[in-house]
Amino acid sequence: MIGIPLSHILIFSLLLFAIGVYGALVRRNIIGILISIELMLNAANINLIAFSKYTSLSPATGQIFAIFVIAIAATAAAVGLAIVLALYRVRKTVYTDEVNLLKW
Amino acid sequence: MPILEMAAKFGTYAVMAVILIFALGVVTLRNIFHCALCLAAALIGTAVLYVAFRAEYLAAIQILLYVGAVVTLIIFAIMLTEHLAGKTVRQNNSQSPLAIAGLLGFVALLTVVILKTPWPVTQTALKAKVSVMALGEALMGTYVFPFEVISIILIAALIGTVVIAKKDAPEERL
Amino acid sequence: MTKILEFIDSIFVAAKAWILCLLGHFLPAWIVVLVSITISGVVILCLGPVIMMYLTLLERKLIGRIQNRYGPNRVGIWGLLQPIADGIKMFTKEDIVPANADKVIHLLAPIAIVVPALMIFLVVPFGKGMTTVNLNIGLLYFIAVSSITILPIFMGSWASRNKYSLLGGMRTAAQMISYEIPMTLAVVPAIMMSQSLATNAIVLAQAGGHGLNWFIFTPWGIVGFIIFFLCATAECNRPPFDLPEAESELVAGFHTEYSGMKFALFYMAEYMNAFTLCGIAATLFLGGWQGPFLPSWLWFFGKTFILICVMIWFRGTFPRFRVDHLMAFAWKFLLPLTLINILLTALWQFTSNLAAWCGSILVLGISLWTLVKLNRTFVPEKRHYPLES
Repeated sequence: MIGIPLSHILIFSLLLFAIGVYGALVRRNIIGILISIELMLNAANINLIAFSKYTSLSPATGQIFAIFVIAIAATAAAVGLAIVLALYRVRKTVYTDEVNLLKW
Repeated sequence: MPILEMAAKFGTYAVMAVILIFALGVVTLRNIFHCALCLAAALIGTAVLYVAFRAEYLAAIQILLYVGAVVTLIIFAIMLTEHLAGKTVRQNNSQSPLAIAGLLGFVALLTVVILKTPWPVTQTALKAKVSVMALGEALMGTYVFPFEVISIILIAALIGTVVIAKKDAPEERL
Repeated sequence: MTKILEFIDSIFVAAKAWILCLLGHFLPAWIVVLVSITISGVVILCLGPVIMMYLTLLERKLIGRIQNRYGPNRVGIWGLLQPIADGIKMFTKEDIVPANADKVIHLLAPIAIVVPALMIFLVVPFGKGMTTVNLNIGLLYFIAVSSITILPIFMGSWASRNKYSLLGGMRTAAQMISYEIPMTLAVVPAIMMSQSLATNAIVLAQAGGHGLNWFIFTPWGIVGFIIFFLCATAECNRPPFDLPEAESELVAGFHTEYSGMKFALFYMAEYMNAFTLCGIAATLFLGGWQGPFLPSWLWFFGKTFILICVMIWFRGTFPRFRVDHLMAFAWKFLLPLTLINILLTALWQFTSNLAAWCGSILVLGISLWTLVKLNRTFVPEKRHYPLES
């Protein structure tokens, strides 16, 4: 692990984050957008762990905040999917551009 | 043993590459079920990366919560909203070129920033090892307030999810 | 005498050390490390399927006895070659893939389900010094890896394009998620008392006291063990919790559309999961590999096989649950009981004298009675209509 410079890991997580943003921007399916958001949170977690590993902050801090992020991601997924199910029950669609009742 | 260290280094790079490939799969595949499976693979790859970072506890939590719970939830939602043998519909909207252009600029900018910044990497930090005990003590000591807030958020999300997802008509309760 | 016993006890560890020592004379150090990993891996990869094969035989024999028949006894003495015959049959069967199936996922699912089942073997302490990888998060690793098992089941059920498969997959997801929570919480008391997540340390924490230090001989231990064992039965989808593959309702559940070797892989994963879950239960509450006279690995396998026999006995005895009863049992009965159990364990750490014994038995009894009362299904009273004339 010592062999990999910090910047490589940061660039890797940057790419992962960018892929997540791309997915969140272009997906039509709401579940697809949620999946992309999970990817973005994951990239942020990798960054937290890398910083806590490489720099002389308290080594536990990064991991603990990663745990918090994972918990938040779980709640986001649960609430988001509940909204998707409620939407599907009412409108029979999960595509964002078909839910345009308030758009003009 | 330098050879094993070299192998570990290249193994880590390989894991990173695999994660990126699966992440691309998540945002480009047309079948949403395949996307969810790609997400699971990317998350498991991230757990492997955490093991390489000597954060085994977090790796286990990652698999338990993300792969065991979040991906399962997502697949559950997919099963409830997709048709079993439905025709493949267009999954992306028309913003794709714009998004790619903007994100390329974003990535280029941040890459320059990352490479220019002198990161305070210290050798003592690289050698440090976090035990599960230390994590638990930090969670119950220094970070006890955020911990409690997270618990409240989880409870609120639990109740909110039930309220949102349950059927409206009261006589149709399970 | 004790020398010989110790030698037999450590025979496998010694054999591996001897091989590595022999290789160390003429090979560079890094190859020896790789060889060491390979030996452990090959042993596990052989152990898993062999255990699975003979578990099927044991199950068929025992079920046969329960149902007043002999079970397989034609191939070899006592039917000992029956698993091999079954294997040959499975290999030569035609592999059928439904026309509309999602071919890649359909192929990947049975492969993906065996991987976590084999990975759990890594942290099971088979004997003194015989844990393959002594992870310091062993138990958490076990819980995490066993939670992956849901995904391949989803893959198989979705890719088959079959309504029975899909229903089975949905039921499996609901059941496994629900029973994972009490299972995880039932483990917590053992972690609290041994103050470690490593499986080896948990075994060592139960040492001494002529076997009376086993966690099962405490009020929280027996409750935790029973909950863990029930959840383990549910986790590997065995009767009476076999709703995902209920033959009389869903044909065969999530593996309806699988045949030949792919079906055998699903079957293999199920039996290996049963073995590892029983092994972990023995490790956590029954003192693991500890016991007098006999070698430690024999003690471990003995305890595990007794637990597996209990699982088979369940299968021979109990009828299947109904879906709503199944979910209610996990969420309304097991979950509160585990939480009370954890609270008791926290108190137990301060005092463990006679008063604590009586007090905890009282608390557990009251909570059990309350939960049973609260969970009683509502049965309308029989109405009597007096005859008109």
